[in-house]
Amino acid sequence: MTITLKAAAVDKKLALEFYRQMVLIRRFEERCAEWYGRGKIGGFLHLYIGEEAVAVGAMAKLAPQDYIVTHYREHGHAIARGLDTKKLMAELFGRSTGTSKGKGGSMHLFDASKGFLGGYAIVGGMMPVATGLALASKYKNEDRICLCIFGDGAVNEGEFHESFNLAALWKLPVIFLLENNGFGMGTRVERAHAGQSMHRLADAFSMPTDTVDGMDVLAVQKAMGRAVEYTRKGDGPFFLESITYRFRGHSMADPVAYRDKEEEDVWRQRDPINQLAIELRRGKQASQQELDAIAASVEDEVGEAIKFANESPEPSREEMFRDIVAD
Amino acid sequence: MPDLSYRAAIRHSLRDALLEDERVFLIGEDIGMYGGAYGVTKGLVHEFGEDRVKDSPIAESVIVGAGIGSAMAGLRPVVELMTINFSLLASDQIVNVAAKLRYMSGGQITVPLIIRTVTGGGSQLAATHSQNLENWYANVPGLKVIAPSTPYDARGLLKTAFQGDDPVIFVEHSLLYGYKGHVPEESYSIPFGLAEVKRPGTDVTLISYLRMVHVALEAADLLSQEGIKAEVVDLRSLRPLDTKTVTESVKKTNRAIVIEEGWKTGGLGAEVAASIMSESFDDLDAPVVRVAGEEVPMPYNKTLEQSAIPDARRIVEAAKSIL
Repeated sequence: MTITLKAAAVDKKLALEFYRQMVLIRRFEERCAEWYGRGKIGGFLHLYIGEEAVAVGAMAKLAPQDYIVTHYREHGHAIARGLDTKKLMAELFGRSTGTSKGKGGSMHLFDASKGFLGGYAIVGGMMPVATGLALASKYKNEDRICLCIFGDGAVNEGEFHESFNLAALWKLPVIFLLENNGFGMGTRVERAHAGQSMHRLADAFSMPTDTVDGMDVLAVQKAMGRAVEYTRKGDGPFFLESITYRFRGHSMADPVAYRDKEEEDVWRQRDPINQLAIELRRGKQASQQELDAIAASVEDEVGEAIKFANESPEPSREEMFRDIVAD
Repeated sequence: MPDLSYRAAIRHSLRDALLEDERVFLIGEDIGMYGGAYGVTKGLVHEFGEDRVKDSPIAESVIVGAGIGSAMAGLRPVVELMTINFSLLASDQIVNVAAKLRYMSGGQITVPLIIRTVTGGGSQLAATHSQNLENWYANVPGLKVIAPSTPYDARGLLKTAFQGDDPVIFVEHSLLYGYKGHVPEESYSIPFGLAEVKRPGTDVTLISYLRMVHVALEAADLLSQEGIKAEVVDLRSLRPLDTKTVTESVKKTNRAIVIEEGWKTGGLGAEVAASIMSESFDDLDAPVVRVAGEEVPMPYNKTLEQSAIPDARRIVEAAKSIL
């Protein structure tokens, strides 16, 4: 288990950037919920609220040339990777200016220029793809790793097992990052998974592993740093489990009947954004004014994204028939 | 150049691709050291090495996913799924990922992946090893589904697959591997979405693909002995489907029979028949007939299996029923 050395572990500029990104994700998600309620975002909306530290800590350690594949609770990953919040919101609003021209939606975000290769709605569906991306890097002798993000539900899918095996067998440069938030939709991990410790699943494949407190961005980036260092050596994949919690339901449609508010409150006391704020002020790395200024600029950015989305055109009917095949 | 077997034609095409393009590599179960379950990839690992001819574990989903991911990253992988029956274990990757990444990404992602697989029955391999499921994949937007019946077609269509940027399901037939035919020395390609009249005729159109083309040709021989001239159309490409060639043929003959080895209900024959009805209604002098495999899980027993699979006699009977 990786324990952070707290704020002293990173320099002030970086810590403030972590703070900004987490606040940006938080506000983006909160406003998505608002606009979902107003009917501008449709389908399924899976909010990342509470889990921000994982996305931010993880993406901080990747290089621009690295690949990322992830699941459907991915807005935080996209934002931390630097995708344009205007284009993301436009995609959620289904507009032609969205990252996928309005044809992908919340669960299928892509930005090939940033190595952000989806957004997979099928649980575990991204894992085989990750092995292929890593295989290509190795084949071409490129210094490029693949970050593969999945949830605790995916651990029980066959594709998890197949992907772990192939990546370990062929020593593929994949970081398998598990966001264990305790629930596969409405089913607690204990009711879905027979093992006692998910990260120890790596042992069966002779894969190195670590587990980290996913509510602590400084701990996450430290653990991720070690995973990246290992994976770049080319000795094979790394399995990093992050223990986290989503403060909201599985999706906007979830009435959350399977857990109680008391449990949520316990986790809210470990809100990653508050924790970092407290740590930064305690270590005198930031004043409340600096943090407030960040919050204000985030508010502006998200406001701009919503304005852009609202003002963007809908795709034409002809667009529906494009991008199916290359020719 | 002497006649080449279907198996050898495909092997030569794979070898040419491996030689001409560094981005090409093969991955599949027992394609390397074993020499390929049907011998198609025999010798290739010894010539090109294990980095380019990769023996995989028995794990269809990740084999296809590895193909998808490496294709996304700019390589040109050829995945072999030992039989189309096993493709079901990879159907999430084939249908939910390979077929849809371009669309869901708004055109940002390209998946130039070739999946080679083997379909059909006739070798007493019983129910889970004898199915024809290519029509399932032909139903899916985003995929291309190709089914060559001759060595010449196999080579030309595989060349096109390598030149294109779409995921292709390249369907071979286990009982065609030994079939020999003429294959020219020089390089050539056959476009997708182009059927071929394998035998011209005037009285009835027999439409088919893969092994059933040969059975249809047999039936055409038998019919000609009775003065009936059957035209045999080989679809070659199941998605995209060439309806134009079929329409032209039916305009001439006014009668159509679709022959498929797979099950009739929801089969490819249903698609062809519906298409003929909408394109050629006024040209038809009789309803379109479908001759298909019996609607049963394939039995092991040899005689039962042979009676389940369409033969020339059944096609002849069908033709006579509408003439």
